[in-house]
Amino acid sequence: MTDQQTYNYKVVRQFSIMTIVWGIVGMLVGVLIAAQLAWPVLNFDIPWLTFGRLRPLHTNAVIFAFGGSALFATSYYVVQRTCHARLFSDGLAAFTFWGWQVIIVAAAITLPLGITTSKEYAELEWPIDILIALVWVAYAVVFFGTIIKRKIPHIYVANWFFGAFIITVAILHIFNSAAVPISLFKSYSAYAGVQDAMVQWWYGHNAVGFFLTAGFLGMMYYFVPKQAGRPVYSYRLSVVHFWALIFTYIWAGPHHLHYTALPDWAQSLGMIMSLILLAPSWGGMINGIMTLSGAWEKLRTDPVLRLLIVSISFYGMSTFEGPMMSIKTVNALSHYTDWTIGHVHSGALGWVALISMGSLYYLIPRLFDRELYSLKLVEVHFWTAAIGIVLYIASMWVAGIMQGLMWRATNADGTLTYSFVESVQAMHPYYIVRFLGGAFFLFGALVMAWNIWKTIAGAKPAVGSIPAPAAAH
Amino acid sequence: MDLALIDALWTVVVMVVFIGIVLWAWSGKRKQGFNEAANIPFNEDKPASSDNISKENSHG
Repeated sequence: MTDQQTYNYKVVRQFSIMTIVWGIVGMLVGVLIAAQLAWPVLNFDIPWLTFGRLRPLHTNAVIFAFGGSALFATSYYVVQRTCHARLFSDGLAAFTFWGWQVIIVAAAITLPLGITTSKEYAELEWPIDILIALVWVAYAVVFFGTIIKRKIPHIYVANWFFGAFIITVAILHIFNSAAVPISLFKSYSAYAGVQDAMVQWWYGHNAVGFFLTAGFLGMMYYFVPKQAGRPVYSYRLSVVHFWALIFTYIWAGPHHLHYTALPDWAQSLGMIMSLILLAPSWGGMINGIMTLSGAWEKLRTDPVLRLLIVSISFYGMSTFEGPMMSIKTVNALSHYTDWTIGHVHSGALGWVALISMGSLYYLIPRLFDRELYSLKLVEVHFWTAAIGIVLYIASMWVAGIMQGLMWRATNADGTLTYSFVESVQAMHPYYIVRFLGGAFFLFGALVMAWNIWKTIAGAKPAVGSIPAPAAAH
Repeated sequence: MDLALIDALWTVVVMVVFIGIVLWAWSGKRKQGFNEAANIPFNEDKPASSDNISKENSHG
């Protein structure tokens, strides 16, 4: 059997394993910085361990190292299996894996050293940015090269979502990272003032929309039907879901800049497009959940399916909360408070992490030709994760709304009722609850790592053979 | 033509394209094709063995 008659599972295996490794690293840093907010002494007076440096390390690790690796793994697996074709180039695929790992390690070194562009979610300095661009172009070549050599005429909907994610992230990254280097470790943005802010949040919001949404919807459209054993609820809805998301998401960025120097009309446009976004988001959510229509009893017996379906529920919840928070009057209360942090984590923990973990529970046993070691442990993971998310987002709702109300409270003579530090002090109990929530979630991830370790220990890599074309019969 | 007009026209064009996509997706003619497309994840094993993963040589 030649290589061309099998799928490239090697790169999928590599990215799958690293998803779990980086997930635990990123979440551990998250739990540490959550603890620092509750007990500031935990920065030990060491500059490298201060919140300001570790926070971007946390966000980069969970979004790009954990989420990114999960996206590489699943997109490479799904595109091969739904196209009946091996990856376009094994060499380039290996380059994307090793390149991505080098980028992650470079981030883990430079961010604690304080080397940063200071652009949120785009903190890495220009030499790393160039490597990201190279790896991303290689990713696009591998992915679309595989689409081009497909044996199945129709391009399955999951691949549309993965493809949109790859193209859009390439554009976002290249434009937002345009900078003038002044030394190896320092550069200045090519844009200035409010233009810089707008480009940054055009990038920032679409990183959410395409990195953290479209790519993971690709997972949803493959792994939920596979785990449920039935095709997606409505294929025509998935087509409309895709195009509606593409047409609207790109315009929503200005809601990050309400009440700033950004022109008012641009703020309003961002708000309106964010509200419109509710429709495609919920269309997709309904499509994912209704895939179980007529087979709901599977939720009782299959904890992996439960993980996937609950993740889609969180997708629905956070895509309702997001448009609501983009309304200018709501935003006047919520912006710069911990409500935003709670919102992000209902999306990040509830949707992105759970759909990735559910997909990996499906994927990894098949990559090693093994049964999952323990469904009981998946059950434990599910419940600890669920409790963790609820603790996290509920405490941040209370903390955020309280912050917002305290900041805007005025006395009869117009002076502020509370000093800033009083609002900080009021946060203390909620920061402890948030820390506990994060710790629960991390514990669930460790249970998963143990379960996966027991599943694959001593296993031989599986070989996936590509079915012969139908014409050969 | 000034930029504002081009922008306005572009909005209309995109709107029409989107409505076209919705009509296309819901047209009866697409039903059969979409049914087959929705089942692509389940045709992965054909005509190989029923197991997703085969360590044997299949006549690929």
